[in-house]
Amino acid sequence: MTAPVIAAHGLTKRFGDFTAVDGIDFEVPPGESFGLLGPNGAGKSTTMRMIGAVSQRTAGDLSVLGLDPDSHGPEIRSLLGVVPQEDNLDTELRVRDNLIVYGRYFGIPRSVCATRADELLGFAQLEEKRNAKVDDLSGGMKRRLTIARALINEPRILMLDEPTTGLDPQARHVLWDRLFRLKERGTTLVLTTHYMDEAEQLCDRIVVVDKGRIMAEGSPSALIRQYSTREVVELRFGSERNADAAVQMAGLVERIEVLPDRVLLYAEDGEAVLERVTDLGLHPTTSLVRRSSLEDVFLRLTGRSLIE
Amino acid sequence: MTATLPEVATAAAARPRRFGAWYIAEHQLRGMKAYGWTIVVGSVGNPLLYLLGIGLGLAAFLDQPIASGADGLVDYVWFVAPALLATAAVTVAMDEFTFVIMAGFKWRRIFWGMNASPIAPPQIAAGLVISVVLRMLFTCTVYYLLILAFGAVGDPLTGALMPLVGVLGGLAFGLPLMAFSAGLTEDKGQFALVNRFIFTPLFLFSGTFFPLATLPTWLQWIGWISPIWHASEIGRALSYGSPPDAWPVGWHLAILVVLAVVGWVLARRMFVRRLRAG
Repeated sequence: MTAPVIAAHGLTKRFGDFTAVDGIDFEVPPGESFGLLGPNGAGKSTTMRMIGAVSQRTAGDLSVLGLDPDSHGPEIRSLLGVVPQEDNLDTELRVRDNLIVYGRYFGIPRSVCATRADELLGFAQLEEKRNAKVDDLSGGMKRRLTIARALINEPRILMLDEPTTGLDPQARHVLWDRLFRLKERGTTLVLTTHYMDEAEQLCDRIVVVDKGRIMAEGSPSALIRQYSTREVVELRFGSERNADAAVQMAGLVERIEVLPDRVLLYAEDGEAVLERVTDLGLHPTTSLVRRSSLEDVFLRLTGRSLIE
Repeated sequence: MTATLPEVATAAAARPRRFGAWYIAEHQLRGMKAYGWTIVVGSVGNPLLYLLGIGLGLAAFLDQPIASGADGLVDYVWFVAPALLATAAVTVAMDEFTFVIMAGFKWRRIFWGMNASPIAPPQIAAGLVISVVLRMLFTCTVYYLLILAFGAVGDPLTGALMPLVGVLGGLAFGLPLMAFSAGLTEDKGQFALVNRFIFTPLFLFSGTFFPLATLPTWLQWIGWISPIWHASEIGRALSYGSPPDAWPVGWHLAILVVLAVVGWVLARRMFVRRLRAG
């Protein structure tokens, strides 16, 4: 087996009394697309900064590309591509110049930067914008430019911190398509997201973190198998009657969840459960049988209460 | 046998480790192109306005010289020119070490992009300083050529060192300012205050338009701590020699160097602290 490109053991980060990352363990083999999922404040971005060698860990072991970030920050960063949560393109430079200037940070000769910049503009579907001002780009274009910039040094690991937050569906799908191509080429991807569909689309393996700890780990389908049922039945009886109906349905399935607006029944065969609900003489105003998703896993593991 | 990942990484980081600051400077200079026209027009127009206004205007009202050099009394425009040149460098510092720093951390956030590359925070700070030094050198050289054209330099040969002195004065003012700006997380008008209550008094009370000794003693301390005064006095010594009662040039130099070095140490520390926090 090939050595992992990232290995964390007991990785911990504390800010004063607050523990942002609480002794997590994970390994990422080369070529894998690895997702860190978790609600806001779960410690995802802190973990990303430690891997990116811009934040020192408080305790534990961390090895990135076989090196310790504490002592070999520049070495590690020279083989990473980083797409930050907030764009930090230089708005005073034009689109292509942003790529060239960034390539120079890695000591890449100007002529090589220029060639790569043109290739990457093609990859990011921004050829026509090469001489545009960054401020004139749409949000999706800026993200693609940021990704292109992160690829200028031909990184071994591409790190993306919430890459599609704030983008419209069309822009997200274009971005996913580009990331999927990178994945096919064998680039190791490490991404954080709180969009479950994004994680299902892009990640081979996922770690769900909450309050600085790992709650679950596995491929999207394995997580669904382990933490949810194959199907979910969503029933609405009206907000006053949901709880009463749930009591009557208690024996039908292993797990029932009562939400303010609907009741969820976790089942292997949703249609069969729905039939038995009707047999009980209950008549929901709406009913829906759907497959379990990563979102069900996520909400089960990290809870439904709002974290703000 | 193919190289291991750590070997590849070590090779890849060799150039950024050595030249990182220059890559940052290269970026900043490209960025300055965006307002390059302002820099050039300012560098030429500003001295022209001052020299015309003071050399032809204000000097006409003075019926006797107010300052003297090694060989006695000197023309008023000779006296003012080195101070104007030093002020030009400090003005560049006012531009480049305030809003540019705030923008890099907060508004444009480009320092965070630099930070994710192999370049380390002290190199980022150094690269910014290099680019500003080059801009100051450009401005001061243009200034020097213009005051030369106006016949406002006693000895053009030693006077030719004036742009370097100007840059040193600019750094003695600018590097502590850079440290201050790097520590700010929000702009609540602090830069306007710096401009009004630090830069302007230093400009007016630094023996710029009249010898510092003509001020009441209780105001002279402003000059003593002012990079503009120290740089001006060195410039004057280079242009027409110091009068016997003047401070030794070595003193002025030493004070400027100390201010610049202390400013640099603090600025560097602020950059590391800010970019490596969290």
